[in-house]
Amino acid sequence: MNPFTPFESPVAILPVDNIDTDQIIPARFLKTTTKEGLGKAAFSDWRYDTAGEPRPDFVLNQIQGVQVLLAGDNFGCGSSREHAPWALTDFGLRAVISTSFADIFFGNALKNGLLPIKVSPEVHASLLAQGSGAKVKVDLEAQTLTLADGTAIGFPVDPFSKRCMLLGVDELGYLLQFEREIAEFEGGHTAPYDTRSVL
Amino acid sequence: MALRTLYDKIWDEHVVAQREGEPALLYIDLHLAHEVTSPQAFDGLRARGLKVRRPDRTIATIDHSIPTTDRSLPITDPVGARQIEQLKTNCREFGVPLCGPGSGHQGVVHVFSPELGLVQPGMTLVCGDSHTATHGAFGVLAFGIGTSQVEMVLATQCLLQKPSRNLRVDVTGRLRPGVTAKDIILALIAKIGVGGGTGAVIEYGGEAIRSLSMEGRMTISNMTIEAGARSGLIAPDEVTFEYLKGRRFAPQGEAWDAAVAKWKTLVSDEGAHFDEVVTLDGSALEPMITFGTNPAMGIPVTGTIPDPASLSGVEREGLSKALEYMGLEGGKPILGSPVDVVFVGSCTNGRIEDLRDAAAILKGRKVNPKVRTLVVPGSEVVKKEAEAEGLDRIFIEAGAEWREPGCSMCLAMNGDMIQPGQTCVATSNRNFEGRQGPGGRTLLASPLTAAAAAVAGVVADPRSFA
Repeated sequence: MNPFTPFESPVAILPVDNIDTDQIIPARFLKTTTKEGLGKAAFSDWRYDTAGEPRPDFVLNQIQGVQVLLAGDNFGCGSSREHAPWALTDFGLRAVISTSFADIFFGNALKNGLLPIKVSPEVHASLLAQGSGAKVKVDLEAQTLTLADGTAIGFPVDPFSKRCMLLGVDELGYLLQFEREIAEFEGGHTAPYDTRSVL
Repeated sequence: MALRTLYDKIWDEHVVAQREGEPALLYIDLHLAHEVTSPQAFDGLRARGLKVRRPDRTIATIDHSIPTTDRSLPITDPVGARQIEQLKTNCREFGVPLCGPGSGHQGVVHVFSPELGLVQPGMTLVCGDSHTATHGAFGVLAFGIGTSQVEMVLATQCLLQKPSRNLRVDVTGRLRPGVTAKDIILALIAKIGVGGGTGAVIEYGGEAIRSLSMEGRMTISNMTIEAGARSGLIAPDEVTFEYLKGRRFAPQGEAWDAAVAKWKTLVSDEGAHFDEVVTLDGSALEPMITFGTNPAMGIPVTGTIPDPASLSGVEREGLSKALEYMGLEGGKPILGSPVDVVFVGSCTNGRIEDLRDAAAILKGRKVNPKVRTLVVPGSEVVKKEAEAEGLDRIFIEAGAEWREPGCSMCLAMNGDMIQPGQTCVATSNRNFEGRQGPGGRTLLASPLTAAAAAVAGVVADPRSFA
């Protein structure tokens, strides 16, 4: 994961509530065994028609170089597939703005350099009113989203995830520092069985 | 000591360490793996030169990508076949036990593991699959995780977690005939919405929940994620103990008695704080069915499809879009809507009791000739049990397809899919656009309601087949 740096980007607006992970990336693309190259499958059933041609009326086919998506409430509901943030980041997105996110997607996004930005319904409405293509600046360090007119809006991020994203480090590295504590815990908690005896 | 919920108790028992201002390290007792969400995690271990810390607390099966046709034939989809081979290689290399086809235990990851008695009250359990919530039925803190977290658990047996809100759901009263666990959970999601449980762990209680078998309870906990909550707990009781007793990995002899004594303490303390309490009158419920493109869009099967004209703003737009996708009209009854496919199976309703329900309707009847009906047992154990009871004969004689175990048409990864524009009454858990195949339309319902639709060829009330 690369360190998350401030950037400016036009916003693509997908004003649909409850966008589920089956829309973000349909299950038929989950047969891959790598993380790479999933951008072409992002929103596949909305982006392409049945003949595989891009639908001109779909927002991500209309604006080039989009790094920020503005979506409706409860974005990312459904499955735990981390292929969802993999597809979105491979497509080029670095932030998704919504009034709320599904829990698993939210966690998966943070672990992959995709910033979920939670805003109030009022801010959401004002972004909607600006329309697709309006530019915003995203600054994670300052936790601000700056609109084209210069208005800066704060957003919440938990300090731990923020630090990981800014440094571009992952949680596994952090967890591995706890070897001694984990071994101690295991010393006091005998496993109830050995799954390997199933074979 | 402060009064604690069941969730608080399990949480407290599994915190390994916590630094000031940072998330807690939560120890994971059991990790389930399957072919779809694990390959990149095993690759991550290789890249860092790590091993699987506790293969004895890890177990894998093959379910999402596997065809449900004759297992003696080779898999025709090369990409799916490669993914399955990759899991076999990973399990071999890292010493993780794998219950593959023919092992006698292969099945949907959330069906095969409780059958073995691996899932026991008070545990923490994770899997790279959102329906891991299923195991909450045993009083287990079970939740779905992404692949990065799969890698973390493989490497350290721990996850970084922050505590969730506690949400209590009480389902009171006795269910009426023809109303099942699936109807309870569809009614609950319709009530609180697909985001109603976001950030929360649900604990279910009340007479209607207590009266359910473990199979029914698993159906409830399974679909907790469809309300946005990652985990749905049910305190263990005699029904739980009876289910576990004698199973392969359940404690035996004195260890059993000690375990049951401990499990009996796994209840929320009287007066423990819940951030929110929701009550549902179980005695008033009807068989439910969904009409839209998320699981909260559900109504009684005898009900009327909501009319977008009665709403405004984004809600109206959302409903119109959903109905247009579904080819349904607001303001009309859903009974009698045409059905092309019926799917009985999945981690929600692919257990023996579900197959018995479907068979009860199909016995001595024929599937409508225009309806393709698939019955997919949740595991090799379920399949064997169903065949011993003669359920397979009932399905075949009715004109349904009796298949091999797997996730199948729930998410259409394995070649079992519906065609664009087709409508499927499915016992699975998600009716998202394209979930069962691009352009496909899904109506979620219980096995009883699904079987009734198979016979009628249209959406039907299962109570009229009693």
